[in-house]
Amino acid sequence: MNRVISVIVNNKAGVLNRITALFLRKGFNIQNLTVGVTDTPGLSRITIVMNDTDASALEQVIKQLYKQIDVLKVTDLTDQPMVARELALIRVNSPVAQRSVITTIIEPFRASIIDVGRDSITIQAVGRTEKIDALIALLRPYGIKELARTGLTALARDVATVTEARRVSENNVISI
Amino acid sequence: MRVISEEKNASSEWQAPMLTGSEILVEALRKEQVEVIFGYPGGAVLPLYDALYDCGIRHVLARHEQGAIHAAEGYARVTGKPGVVIATSGPGATNLVTGLADAMLDSLPIVAITGQVARSVIGSDAFQETSIIGISTPITKHNYQVQHASELPAVLKEAFHIANTGRKGPVLVDIPKDVAGEKALFIYEDAPQLPGYQPTVVPHAMQIRKVLGLLEAAKRPVILAGAGVLHAGASGELRQFAERFGIPVVHTLLGLGGFPADHPLFLGMGGMHGSKAANTALYETDLLLNFGARFDDRLTGNLKHFAPAATVVHVDIDPAEIGKNVPTDVPVVGDVKEALTMLLATQMAAPDIASWRQQLLDIKAQTPFWFVQEGSLVKPQRLISEIARLTNGQSTIVTDVGQHQMWAAQFYPFTEPNHWVTSGGLGTMGFGLPAAIGAQIAEPTRQVVAIVGDAGFQMTLQELAVVAELALPLKIVVVNNGALGMVRQWQELFYQERYSSSLLQWQPDFLKLAAAYDIPAVQIREDGELTAKLDAFLAASGPGLLECLVAPMENVYPMIAPGDGLHQMVGVKP
Repeated sequence: MNRVISVIVNNKAGVLNRITALFLRKGFNIQNLTVGVTDTPGLSRITIVMNDTDASALEQVIKQLYKQIDVLKVTDLTDQPMVARELALIRVNSPVAQRSVITTIIEPFRASIIDVGRDSITIQAVGRTEKIDALIALLRPYGIKELARTGLTALARDVATVTEARRVSENNVISI
Repeated sequence: MRVISEEKNASSEWQAPMLTGSEILVEALRKEQVEVIFGYPGGAVLPLYDALYDCGIRHVLARHEQGAIHAAEGYARVTGKPGVVIATSGPGATNLVTGLADAMLDSLPIVAITGQVARSVIGSDAFQETSIIGISTPITKHNYQVQHASELPAVLKEAFHIANTGRKGPVLVDIPKDVAGEKALFIYEDAPQLPGYQPTVVPHAMQIRKVLGLLEAAKRPVILAGAGVLHAGASGELRQFAERFGIPVVHTLLGLGGFPADHPLFLGMGGMHGSKAANTALYETDLLLNFGARFDDRLTGNLKHFAPAATVVHVDIDPAEIGKNVPTDVPVVGDVKEALTMLLATQMAAPDIASWRQQLLDIKAQTPFWFVQEGSLVKPQRLISEIARLTNGQSTIVTDVGQHQMWAAQFYPFTEPNHWVTSGGLGTMGFGLPAAIGAQIAEPTRQVVAIVGDAGFQMTLQELAVVAELALPLKIVVVNNGALGMVRQWQELFYQERYSSSLLQWQPDFLKLAAAYDIPAVQIREDGELTAKLDAFLAASGPGLLECLVAPMENVYPMIAPGDGLHQMVGVKP
């Protein structure tokens, strides 16, 4: 199954290389990887999505990550309450005549048009991977000229937030 | 001394001297009580070598950087202290690669200092520039490229700390040439600041209780002792533990010497060329107590058949080794010495395992390592046995890699820890001679015997110059079978005797070679002259080289073929 691992690392030159070199050396697959700073100066968060990873391989991944001197914390988010999102920029063929159709398609996805050109528009979508996949599938017939996806980034949910969400969800106020 | 401004008011900084990067390196080496450095100079390390020139720390000039790092490994293996090696940028650094990989797999503490081109030209393909950080990342425990001289004290402190704690290993510090000339305050902290590196030394008491619970109920327990015992300095505790509970002991190749070979509970080395008793114990055991071994494939054979009935306890300072190859029931993360000390604190009575023990000791008595003495040629096993007899099993034995290595492991009875230096995990041909130089430099009064094959010897024989220059009393035994013996053996057994490139059609005259280095040499051609010549050779003072022509088609047995389990040994003494 796919696994989402969050790794807190020292924000130093070469750290990302150490992590990817480790995955290469141990034969672990990375489906996607995002990296960015955290709110703590000097620390970055790397979010790694691994495909087809069984429990023993996952255990090795986590242990090997912890062996890295610059790794401070490794969390397997897969089975935890988490929020995970990716961002996609999609440039779609869009003669003026079709624009309203496309606008209708993207609206339920809460995607937005962030650039308009003579023959194309660029759509920004944020969400879970499946949602992005679905949007892309719907837009494909119109001709996707270019596509950029960030890959998934994720955070564990605050326990309080989770409790709150369940309460709200159980009352059918919103669905998360 | 620099006048410190008001904001720099920490007391240590008031006295801190302003030094160049090179001087900081020398001071750090002094603080770490480094006695000897192995190295080879070059352009990018000229500033470092200038500081080493009259600093009083001994420098041993190898004749190739690979020789320098293997010597540092040999030094580290017998002393337990970090071996320090210096090489220049580019080719100097890349020549360290094999040694770094070797030290990584065998957990040897090495601090490797490499020069680098100046910061301003890094990335420009400058003369002798290579990204040794990129190259060495997968084969070092950690590495650093120093960007400012001010980082150097902390980096060196961390490097020595990381190399020599937890699971030991090589750490590389890459120093650009201009950083070596840049000035900075020298403040050497007592403890490094490494929040991401906190090895667990003391095991969890709950896990220790679980181990004792299992031991109490065990019918067929066995101890598998790896090099972790040696790294932890736990030989004494291991012996007490084995004796207290009457548990037989199997060693890995690298663990030899951790438990005395002449002890009644010792079953020998396990694995591919291990003893029948050791492998039977590993196969039939119901409680496998692994202390500091990493379940290497050469030990386990086919994992499907490894210890099939066993509950597995694995004590290891590196949590990533636990469960990596063999599913583990009771993981014990920590130092082997600590774990054994905690286990020994129990009042529990020894389990009744007399019949199991007797079964194994009977196998041990019936099926020792063996060979057939026939013809006039020297059998390599007899050569090792005679070396063992003539040195009373007290020498430090350093080997290269191949058949002679296995015969040395089988036939030399190691009774004390840290008397055995060999390349286990990486299997590095060319390791033997330079590692022996490092071991001899570390222990100048001990008898050190380098046992090398004729092929591996030729990979690093330039280091004979170091033996001669320093007049090291090292005894080099070249076991000459005219082949890459282990390759030839596998071709004989598994490739229909198609000896593809494994027979050395041309050999140098080893006696003339020794003479060129002014090293006394002797040749043994027949079994009849073995003992007398060997005795005289070993008794002589100063360096010596012995070339022993051995039976060329001799194979290492017993053996477990690749893909087979430990119960499928062939070549056991009938």
